[in-house]
Amino acid sequence: MADTSANAQAQGPVVVVEVAALTRTFGDLTAVDHVTLTINRGEIFGLIGPNGAGKSTLIKMLTTLLPPTSGTASIAGYDIVTQPADVRRRIGYVPQLLSADGSLTGYENLLLSARLYGVPWRERKERIAGALRRMGLAEAAHHLVAHYSGGMIRRLEIAQSLLHRPEVLFLDEPTVGLDPGARETVWERVLDLRDRFHRTMIVTSHHMDEVEEFCDRIALIDRGRIVAVGTAAELKARVGPDATLDDVFINLVAPTSETESGENYVDVRRARRAARDHG
Amino acid sequence: MSTSGEPAALPATTAEWSPVLALASFVTQTWAVTAAEVQKLRHDPFELLTRAIQPVLWLMLFGEVMARVRGVAPGNIPYLDFLAAGILAQSALFVAIFYGISAIWERDLGVLQRYLVSPAPRGALVLGKALSAGVRGLSQALIVYVLALLLGVGIDLAPLNILGVAAAIVLGSGLFATLSLIIACIVKTRERFMGIGQVLTMPIFFASNAIYPLSLMPAWLNVISHVNPLTYEVDILRALMLTEGASDYGLPLDFGILAATAAVLVAVAARMYRRMSY
Repeated sequence: MADTSANAQAQGPVVVVEVAALTRTFGDLTAVDHVTLTINRGEIFGLIGPNGAGKSTLIKMLTTLLPPTSGTASIAGYDIVTQPADVRRRIGYVPQLLSADGSLTGYENLLLSARLYGVPWRERKERIAGALRRMGLAEAAHHLVAHYSGGMIRRLEIAQSLLHRPEVLFLDEPTVGLDPGARETVWERVLDLRDRFHRTMIVTSHHMDEVEEFCDRIALIDRGRIVAVGTAAELKARVGPDATLDDVFINLVAPTSETESGENYVDVRRARRAARDHG
Repeated sequence: MSTSGEPAALPATTAEWSPVLALASFVTQTWAVTAAEVQKLRHDPFELLTRAIQPVLWLMLFGEVMARVRGVAPGNIPYLDFLAAGILAQSALFVAIFYGISAIWERDLGVLQRYLVSPAPRGALVLGKALSAGVRGLSQALIVYVLALLLGVGIDLAPLNILGVAAAIVLGSGLFATLSLIIACIVKTRERFMGIGQVLTMPIFFASNAIYPLSLMPAWLNVISHVNPLTYEVDILRALMLTEGASDYGLPLDFGILAATAAVLVAVAARMYRRMSY
C-alpha cells in the first residue's frame, strides 16, 4: 500500500471515487436511483439539486453511514460495503448537521478525532496545534465550542475531518447558515487543500455562485438521478448561450420535483436545525 | 492494491495490520470515547451534584422509616446498612439506564456521526460509552460512601474492598448503559425512549435485592430477581462495602454473571450501533 504514484499528476487523472449504479430506497421512495460517477484525484466535485433530490443520501452511502440497496462504489480502491473500515480511514466527512461537540473545547474535539482515527500519539500535539493555527482557532482552542460562532464551528469541523489526512473529503452544505466572510474562509481552505495537497473534495451546496466559482465539475441530481455532469461551462452550454447555473438548475430539474421529491418534515427540520445551529 | 498516491508532504497514517497494533488502537479508540465524557463532566460538574440528591432522599427518608419495620433486614445487618449497598447500585443504574437518551440526543444533533464515520470499530465506540457510564457510576459511589459514613453505616474501607466495589460499579453501570444503547438503536426517538426507560427502570430496581431481601418475595418474583443482573451487583456491594456484609451467591459467580452479561450486551450493541447513523 505504499506510495507508488508521487507524480500521479504527470500520469493523467487518477480515479479516486468510482460509483456504479448505486441505489437506495426507503420503502416506496427511491432516494438514490442508479447513480454512476467517477471522480478524479484533486477534483473539487460539486453536487447540486433540489432539497430531497438525494444528495445527502448519496453522501451517506459513500461515507459508509448508510448501506446501499443495490449497486457499488469504491473510494481509493476500497469497496464501501465490503471494506467500510478501509474506506473510513481514507475519508473525511463534514456533515450537514452540527458535528463538533459543544460541551468540549476545540482542542478536545480535535483530540477526540485524533484518537478515533489512530493518529500516532507522538504526532497528535503537533498536528492539532497545526490544525488550530491553519483554521484560525489557536486563540479559542481551550474555549468550549458552545461559545464559538457558526463560522468557527465549521472551521473546527473541517479541521477535525482533516486530522488524519484523508484522501477524499465530503462536505455536505459546508456554507449553510454562514455569513459571506465565513463562507469565503471555508472555500479558501478547500481550495488550499486541493492546490497544495491534491486532495479530492465532494461538496454539496445550494449556492450556485459558489459552486460555479469553486467546483471543477458539477453533477446535478434530481429525484435520485444524475441529470447532468460536467464543468460549469459545459452545463450552461446545454441550456443556452447566456445561461447561468441557476438557469441550468431550473431548466433541467423537473418542475414538480419539490412536491414529489420525498422531502418531508424530517428533512425540513434537519435543514432548519442545521441553519440555526450554524447561524 | 496501490491506489493511494499520497503526496510526499503528507504521508498517510496507515500501518501494516498486526494483532498488537489492532489491540492498541482499539484501546485508544475506546479511551477516546470515555475521555471525551470525562472532559464533559469536568466542564460541567453541576450534573454530578444534582445526581447526589436522589440517593440522599432514599437513604434519609425511605431508609430511616423502613429501618423501623421489623423483619425487613435479613440477619444481623441494620436495615440502613443493607439499604446503603442497594441504593448505591440503584443510583448507578439510574444514571446508566438513561445513557441511550444522550446517544439519541447526540444523534439528533449530528455529533454521533463524527464517531460513526471514523474507522473505530463499533465495539470500541460502545465499550467507550459503557466505561464512561462506569465513571459516572463511580462518582455516585463516592457520594453514597460519604453519605453512608455520615449516617453511621458500617463501611469497610479496606483498599481491596473498595477496588472490588469499583469493579462491580463499572461492570454494572456499563452493562445497563449498553442495554440502554441497544434500546436507543431500536426506538431512535427521545419520546419513545422516555416511556421505555421508565418502564424498564422500575422492574429492574424492584425485582432485585436492592431494597429488600429476595426471601420476602413471592416465588415468581424471586425467580425473576435471580435473572436480574442488578441482584448480583448488589450482592457484591453488600459483601464488599459493608463491614457486616456477606455474599449470598459468592463473588466469583456474581462477577462472572456481570462480566458475561456485559460482554454479550456490548457485542449486540456493537452490531446494532450503525443503525444510529440513519
